[in-house]
Amino acid sequence: MNTNGAVHNVLRHVIDVRDLHKVYRVGAEDVAALDGVTLHVDNGEFLAVMGASGSGKSTFMNIIGCLDQPTSGTYLLEGDDVSHLSRDALAAVRSGKLGFVFQGFNLLSRSSAIENVELPLTYAGVRAEERHERARKALEAVGLGKRLNHTPSELSGGQQQRVAIARALVNDPSLILADEPTGNLDSHSTQEIMAIFHSLNEERHITIVLVTHEPDVAAWSQRIVTFRDGHVLDDQPTPARASTEAHA
Amino acid sequence: MNTAGLLRVAFQSLVRNAFRSLLTMLGIIIGVGAVITSMAIGSGAQAAVQAQLARLGSNLIVVVPGSSITGGVQLGAGARQSLKLGDATAIQADVPGVAYVAPMSSTNSQVVAGGNNWATSIVGTTPSWMSVQNWTMSQGRFFSDDEVKSGAKVAVLGATVQSNLFPSGGGVGSSVIIKSVPFTVIGVLAAKGQSGFGRDQDDQVVVPISAMQLRLNGQSWLGTIFVSAQSPDAVASVVSSTEALLRLRHALTTRAPDDFSVRNIADVQAAASATADVQSKLLAGIAAVSLIVGGIGIMNIMLVSVTERTREIGIRMAVGARERDILMQFLVEAVALSCAGGIIGVFIGIGAAFGTSAGAGWPIQIAPSSIVLSFVFAALVGIAFGFYPAQRASQLNPIEALRHE
Repeated sequence: MNTNGAVHNVLRHVIDVRDLHKVYRVGAEDVAALDGVTLHVDNGEFLAVMGASGSGKSTFMNIIGCLDQPTSGTYLLEGDDVSHLSRDALAAVRSGKLGFVFQGFNLLSRSSAIENVELPLTYAGVRAEERHERARKALEAVGLGKRLNHTPSELSGGQQQRVAIARALVNDPSLILADEPTGNLDSHSTQEIMAIFHSLNEERHITIVLVTHEPDVAAWSQRIVTFRDGHVLDDQPTPARASTEAHA
Repeated sequence: MNTAGLLRVAFQSLVRNAFRSLLTMLGIIIGVGAVITSMAIGSGAQAAVQAQLARLGSNLIVVVPGSSITGGVQLGAGARQSLKLGDATAIQADVPGVAYVAPMSSTNSQVVAGGNNWATSIVGTTPSWMSVQNWTMSQGRFFSDDEVKSGAKVAVLGATVQSNLFPSGGGVGSSVIIKSVPFTVIGVLAAKGQSGFGRDQDDQVVVPISAMQLRLNGQSWLGTIFVSAQSPDAVASVVSSTEALLRLRHALTTRAPDDFSVRNIADVQAAASATADVQSKLLAGIAAVSLIVGGIGIMNIMLVSVTERTREIGIRMAVGARERDILMQFLVEAVALSCAGGIIGVFIGIGAAFGTSAGAGWPIQIAPSSIVLSFVFAALVGIAFGFYPAQRASQLNPIEALRHE
């Protein structure tokens, strides 16, 4: 039971971060953006990360998104230590296991929706027909099945963010990282986007880590982690949603 | 990303900025065009010079008597009476690598045919002269070795002489009088026109050397011996063997200077072609410089493009592009620019070469090698100058690239 428990423990954690430090050198001074963060995120969890700007939450997201590396500490992603991989190895991890959704959408402005969604598959070496098929399905899953060939400028903000979610989804990631995905959206689009995240988490059991400033958005999650000065200040299950507006 | 994908992405990006792409390619277009045009003109000039020299006789070596010193007065080359018919026979017999030997002795005389007369040069030689100097007949025949042996009074007219003595054409079978001696016309040479040195080569009458020596100038010495080597490679050895043989035959002591001089048309030819070669290399060098300038233009635009597209690079990296994927994307774009410029340049270069040929009347020759060479060079320029911007793109930090506005 003990040995099984250990294995189970590793697999249960999608993210297993231990004593993570990140130090930036600003001029002659060292600034600790992360100062000993230890955190586990379970498989299938929907985690909201909150905190003021400068609290270290963006640095944390960059590291668990394999875009940056910690100065010290370990990061196990699905049990694999990815804290000190090469740039190309990190790219391979991003390609195979992660999906990103950004505040500013970050779509290729001159490419169509389906081309944008196909992009991760291109770098994963998926063949053209399969790429197209999977991208189409991902766009249908976010309700854009009829706008495959629209370019971002022909889509509303909410629609663009849905394309970005489809792009994050298309390579069947273990983990989707969303960095203030509703920051540029009106309240109606925010509800739509959060509903999509909610269903991805509920129905497909995809683990989601979402950074937000808005309590309304954080309310969609199961657990809220608050950062301050490079530490985890608070780590609580999400309080039962009092407001019915959140479920609109 | 596979090759087709890379090409598609590169092509899309270039087409989206079509005008900028065209301006960027301009340096390469001009460079490749200049290489092709200059090489076409250069090799055209070279071919023209070579053709002119080839008309003088292929692999030709000319032996002339040396200068003579009489009482301290040094007379010009050919003044000596050192070359004899026996020398020609000996060269033919003893020097390896010799194809033909034609002894020649000449004089000037008035030639009379019926009511017409014409002052021309009379050349005495043997049938080998035809081969040595690449002559062909337009009418009748040349004289034979037997006629040389017997000293037959037969004559072959140059085209200019024929037209002056027999204005209505023909003349073969007629009699002409040279220095009071009647000769029977047996043939007419095909016209060659002016020589490279401006002399009318068709203004001469050719007779057997024996008839010349016995009946016309009464000299036992020769003005010239023409020797043709079997191949261009054999020319050098024929020249040195001929010199050695003649020194021996003329019983010259080790210290005595040559009493003859051996001149090699191949040397003249080589000098002429070296000149043309230097000219075309110089032009191609200038063109290569403009290709490199074109490459710098590509590098400049690619650096601008990398900066402009920093965010795109960040997005691509975030969704899993490796360093190599980004490197290849920008490298392929740079090479596509230079190759497209190269193709356009090839057509413009060919067009300009034909334009020059038509406008200035210069001979041109477009060698496929010059097209391949300049195109490959353009592609290499694209790789060389596209590498640095592509490398820079691939080394970007994805976080900073994503934040780039």
